[in-house]
Amino acid sequence: MLLIHCPYCKDDRPELEFSNAGEAHIVRPTNMSDISDTEFEAMFFMRDNPKGIALERWRHAHGCGRFFNVARNTVSDKFLKVYKAGEPRPSDAEIEELLK
Amino acid sequence: MTPSSKQPYRAKSHGALNHARTVRFTFDGKPYEGLEGDTLASALLANGVHLMGRSFKYHRPRGVMSAGVEEPSALIGISRDKSNSGARVQPNVRASVQEIYDGMNAVSQNRFPSLNFDLGAVNSLLAPFFAAGFYYKTFMWPRKAWDKVYEPFIRRAAGLGESPTETDPDRYANRFEHCDVLIIGGGAAGLMAAKTAAAKKQRIILCDENPSLGGWLLADSDVTIDGKSGTQWVKDTVAELQANENVRLLTRTTGFGYFQQNMVGLVERVTDHLAQPDMDLPRERMWQVRADKVVIAQGAIERHLVFADNDRPGIVLAGAAQKWLNQFGVTVGNNVGVFTACDTAYAAAFDLYEAGTHIAVIVDQRATVDQALLEQANELGIRVMPNAGVVGVTGKLRINGIKVKTASGSEETIEVDALITSAGWTPSLHLYSQSRGKPIWDEASQRFLPGQSPQACVSIGACNGTNDLATTFAEAAKATGGRAPKLEIENDVSLAGGTIGMASESAETGKAFVDFQNDVTAKDIKLAVREGMHSIEHVKRYTTNGMATDQGKLSNMHGLSIAAKMLDKPVPEVGLTTFRAPYTPTTFGSFVAHARGTLFDPSRKTPIHEWAQENGAEFEPVSLWQRAWYFPRPGEDMHEAVDRECRTVRTSAGVFDASTLGKIEVVGPDAAAFMNIMYTNGWDKLKPGRAKYGIMCREDGFIYDDGVVGKLSDTRFHVTTTTGGAPRVLNHMEDYLQTEFPDMQVWLTSTTEQWATIAVQGPKAREIIQPLVTGADISAEKFPHMSVVECQVCGVPARLFRISFTGELGFEINVPADYGRAVWEAIWERAEPAGACAYGTETMHVLRAEKGYIIVGQDTDGTVTPHDAGLSWAVAKSKPDFVGKRGLQRPDLTASGRRQLVGLKTSDPKKVVQEGAQIVADPEQAIPMKMIGFVTSSYWSGTLERSIAMAVLEDGFARMGETLYIPMEDEVIEVEVEGTVFYDPSGEKING
Amino acid sequence: MKKFNVFSLARETMRGHTGWGKQWRNPEPKKQYDVIIVGAGGHGLGTAYYLAREHGIKNIAVLEKGWLGGGNTGRNTTIIRSNYLYDESAGLFDHSLKLWETLSQELNYNVMFSQRGVMMLAHNVHDVQSAQRHINANRLNGVDNEWLTPQQAKEYCPPLNISKDSRYPVMGAALQRRGGVARHDAVAWGYARQASDMGVDIIQNCEVTGINRAPSGEVTGVETTKGTIGAKQVGVVASGHTSILMEMAGVRMPLESFPLQALVSEPVKPIFPCVTMSNAVHAYISQSDKGELVIGGGTDSYVSYSQTGSMHMLQEVLDSIIELYPIFNRLKMLRTWGGVVDVTPDRSPILGKTPVKGLYVNCGWGTGGFKATPGSANVFAHTIAKDEPHKINAGFNLDRFRTGRLIDEAAAAAVAH
Repeated sequence: MLLIHCPYCKDDRPELEFSNAGEAHIVRPTNMSDISDTEFEAMFFMRDNPKGIALERWRHAHGCGRFFNVARNTVSDKFLKVYKAGEPRPSDAEIEELLK
Repeated sequence: MTPSSKQPYRAKSHGALNHARTVRFTFDGKPYEGLEGDTLASALLANGVHLMGRSFKYHRPRGVMSAGVEEPSALIGISRDKSNSGARVQPNVRASVQEIYDGMNAVSQNRFPSLNFDLGAVNSLLAPFFAAGFYYKTFMWPRKAWDKVYEPFIRRAAGLGESPTETDPDRYANRFEHCDVLIIGGGAAGLMAAKTAAAKKQRIILCDENPSLGGWLLADSDVTIDGKSGTQWVKDTVAELQANENVRLLTRTTGFGYFQQNMVGLVERVTDHLAQPDMDLPRERMWQVRADKVVIAQGAIERHLVFADNDRPGIVLAGAAQKWLNQFGVTVGNNVGVFTACDTAYAAAFDLYEAGTHIAVIVDQRATVDQALLEQANELGIRVMPNAGVVGVTGKLRINGIKVKTASGSEETIEVDALITSAGWTPSLHLYSQSRGKPIWDEASQRFLPGQSPQACVSIGACNGTNDLATTFAEAAKATGGRAPKLEIENDVSLAGGTIGMASESAETGKAFVDFQNDVTAKDIKLAVREGMHSIEHVKRYTTNGMATDQGKLSNMHGLSIAAKMLDKPVPEVGLTTFRAPYTPTTFGSFVAHARGTLFDPSRKTPIHEWAQENGAEFEPVSLWQRAWYFPRPGEDMHEAVDRECRTVRTSAGVFDASTLGKIEVVGPDAAAFMNIMYTNGWDKLKPGRAKYGIMCREDGFIYDDGVVGKLSDTRFHVTTTTGGAPRVLNHMEDYLQTEFPDMQVWLTSTTEQWATIAVQGPKAREIIQPLVTGADISAEKFPHMSVVECQVCGVPARLFRISFTGELGFEINVPADYGRAVWEAIWERAEPAGACAYGTETMHVLRAEKGYIIVGQDTDGTVTPHDAGLSWAVAKSKPDFVGKRGLQRPDLTASGRRQLVGLKTSDPKKVVQEGAQIVADPEQAIPMKMIGFVTSSYWSGTLERSIAMAVLEDGFARMGETLYIPMEDEVIEVEVEGTVFYDPSGEKING
Repeated sequence: MKKFNVFSLARETMRGHTGWGKQWRNPEPKKQYDVIIVGAGGHGLGTAYYLAREHGIKNIAVLEKGWLGGGNTGRNTTIIRSNYLYDESAGLFDHSLKLWETLSQELNYNVMFSQRGVMMLAHNVHDVQSAQRHINANRLNGVDNEWLTPQQAKEYCPPLNISKDSRYPVMGAALQRRGGVARHDAVAWGYARQASDMGVDIIQNCEVTGINRAPSGEVTGVETTKGTIGAKQVGVVASGHTSILMEMAGVRMPLESFPLQALVSEPVKPIFPCVTMSNAVHAYISQSDKGELVIGGGTDSYVSYSQTGSMHMLQEVLDSIIELYPIFNRLKMLRTWGGVVDVTPDRSPILGKTPVKGLYVNCGWGTGGFKATPGSANVFAHTIAKDEPHKINAGFNLDRFRTGRLIDEAAAAAVAH
């Protein structure tokens, strides 16, 4: 069972309190009606699914209820960075650094 | 003969057991006596019994091999209930670790009719056929014979012990715990680690799989620590730790699994050693421990030597013999031979000698033997044969001699009644490897050793490849950041040395077992390699080496070495199979603990549940809820009850518990804007005090949920969802609110369990509730269909809806849950005399189907759009955006030929089609038929005196009036396509 | 290659099995092949086999980063059935089931396909409706599947608890008698042996690190830890790791890779005669020919390539098993293991061409790919040989996520109310 740090509760809590909410930083276009079928496919279905650092969303479903983002190594399952929804995506350089 | 005289192999001078505390037990029905603290193996050995089991494939007679969890052979069944009821039957118990208790009933396994005479041993004669991979090459001709002849035969031979056949009556417990340091293994290394950590005031859990702490120190008669014997040092250290409130010592507790982020699973065996366990005690207790640091002090496991017929009863590991002697006071024979490749077996031999056992010979595989050992043997008059090997044995059910190939190459037979062997010690990397640490090959010592784990753990002592006590103590102290006390250690025996692979190449003629339980021989491994199995994983799977209940604790290194030699490759290039949890087999019950029966999943019950129960309702599970299904009167079956309930609602009224409907309070200045995004409908024009049916889609445009939404004010909506959908709908809303529209001023609150919801439906609905309502005018004029008002019902604050899921005049009364039953009863008091009934979900389903109202999840399945469901009117055309709008525009969702929701009329009005029945245009076509739709809902309508059905049908809207067919197994049902509103198409009834 | 038959067995028994040759060659890669298959699991080896056997393409390399059959082929619970709902699914899985029925003879290798029946339990009204929908659709598609009452289910599977007092009482079951289990390793080995004999090079310990494309876009081969290998056609059959390989060719996939665990009990004498599955009480179970109960459940909820899973997932699956079969509470977990499964949004596989010329993909089998091995390999070979899908796999294209024409086996099991 993973131990996950909730950035709102500022506490490490067991995975059972959380639900995974998939890949992070997939932004819903403000002009939804205008996007093409291919853009819709890319947004709704296509996923990075990386072996390495995944940027993903979790929700503290049985806690504060908040969604937040994490950078997690999908090979070791180690959490490398936890940040609040709305905070910017870590830069490639930062991800490189986290991988070390 | 009295039982006590049946313990001829009990050495009075040795062991820590109390000879006055005897325990009686039976093995295969025969009574025996042992001592309190004995394992089943030590007690049987004390009685001179070595033969304890039969092997898996060849049914070879097998004795006990080890004194620990690595035991491959002595697996027995234990039946706890005197009546042999089949409930407390425990198969595959290792005799080497199971403690005996008064009245224990142990039986051997995998033999018929008896352990001494087993018909299955005929397999041994067929052994030349049964080489590795045999099954893959045969049993294929003729094809049919596989199902009928071969497989049933193979399956009958499968398995070892018998499964229980009745429900386990025992209880199991589960605990979570946190600590600074978790120490796994309470031998010298673990105890010292605990001692130094305790000095730093850390919270410590130390566990050990054995009944007593001390590990190997309990079996070593010679070592002294600061002038104390090993056992005394253990006693003092344990006493010191026990006195420390920060230290929790868990014995009979196995660390079986190392999971993510330093979560370690331990299982504590609480009652298996007790004759009359207190019924309040769990049988086992699972500990899920999250530790800042884990210290692995699992020790090492002694390997057997691989030579011909090395599996005969009477052949045991040297360390086991030493443990039985020094801990239990049991000798393995009167005339014992020794075959070894390392020094520790000498210590075992010398201890046995001291206990009065004759040591026939020490055969040492090594050319050079430590001079001090040779001198000591010489002093005791024990013959040592260096550079020699045992190449065979005599005796079947018990060995009576060994064939030794001497240094000069000649062969000599030496009489023995037992043989103790040692191929050296394998560090236990199990938990280290489970922590995702990579084992590192040490060429010099021919062992895999732990390296740096990616998790916060450290291996110390023998499992770290450390061979002596002084270094072990230093490692232990360092592991916990403390300082090792200066200790004088004397007479320590090094674990160094040993061999892997075949003990002697000349031994190729007989069956030289690598894996005892699965009957894998050195020849099998070689055959696998010859056939192209070059990875150890292939060898393992092809031969089943290491896949028995001991999971290769003895066999893996030998198998690997033999394969590596064949391939002429270094060992690590052939690979080491990964260690997986559990370290030793772990009872399912300890994982499950209390999660059985009613505690398997929580049951959600409404405030009105007990009333329904008292009034005879049958219930159906719907998601986690238990819902009243129908209310049968005496003598009524479900069909009759539902028929009556339906008729009563249509002609009088019915009261229905709708409390399970999900309810979400959507509040804030942007509430309407948010609703506009989340639902397909438009919400701007809805006036406070009015309600509306809403459809929710996912981004892909398929129906996700639905429900009636009441607008209480410009900033407050009372949203209802389906019963099962409430949690995911709230999650879906929160997701959009928090991550896509964080600037919206909206707050969402689940109120499902805060409101009890009572639906009163039927022509008499208003008449029933009117006197109970205060603070609102609910007349037809002032309170039309699709209205909502905040008022009081029975004086209780209420949200009253005028809505209908039946097509009749209807109200839904929401009151605070605590008042739910009281208000229900007040309504019932008025309803019953008015001729109304209470109805359940089945009647609700029929009534709504008569009106063509859909149930999301039944009439839709995640591939149905609002348009497909005939709900285009509920999809706003002018809204610039809502969740699902873009998805609905995708090519396949706008293409022709989509399946659309229609009604079906059976040609025979009495015929109720099956829900899930498939529809075709041409019933005469050949299989596979072209199916153009299926029935989603189907009921007998008592009101209409005909069957009604809804279906999704290709181009359904365009097929009105068409005749189609439903081919069932034994008939073809003719149907006509019609609209989905079967009852009161003009909708007059809704006004009463 | 020495054929396995009564005579060769007898001869080898007489001489201590010293004459069996290698089941497959261990060649070094050539510079150029007609087709490269990435991934030597059952699906990949089978693809090579059918390319050679049915399409006459024999200049093939199957590249494997580890040892053949070491991925999900060797890590699954071996359940085989074909009673899927949609026509496309039933077509694909029943094609596979038919191939299973003669696979041992076809490969001259006993894959121990045991048609002991797969029973899917229903625990609520919605389960019953869903089961009936499947049974009716299956019948009209020519796929066997029948309804059992709780009592009949119990007769078919005596350890099943059908007490009305259980938390989710059994309301019936759908039984496919032709379903069953097979010996997973043998499938990979059997295909490998025959493919190798026909000239296919199976190259183990050879990891693909790049997919090479010409300036005009089409595939020209792959980069590997054993050097550059050329081919005009590359089929990616790398369950769990598809996204990573496809990214090498610049193709983003609608996949997520989740950890899936399975476990076995200690071996016991025969007690469990069939395979059963339950969606509401989520777990599946059968008993192997060795006597071990083979048990699986759901995946973890997050993407991971660690090939390990969580303790609480083991608890969840065992909770379910004991709820359904309380007599097994005292049995012991012997071994657990983990795999990585790639999952598509509609829980149906992707089996066909890609936007890159010469690149084909076979993936997205989720937790149920083993059963499809022969059928999938067979139609995938066709797709590569003809550069167009077989009619059986035409619907399982990558395009469907753009058009919305999903084959949504997951939605079809949607939870009611």
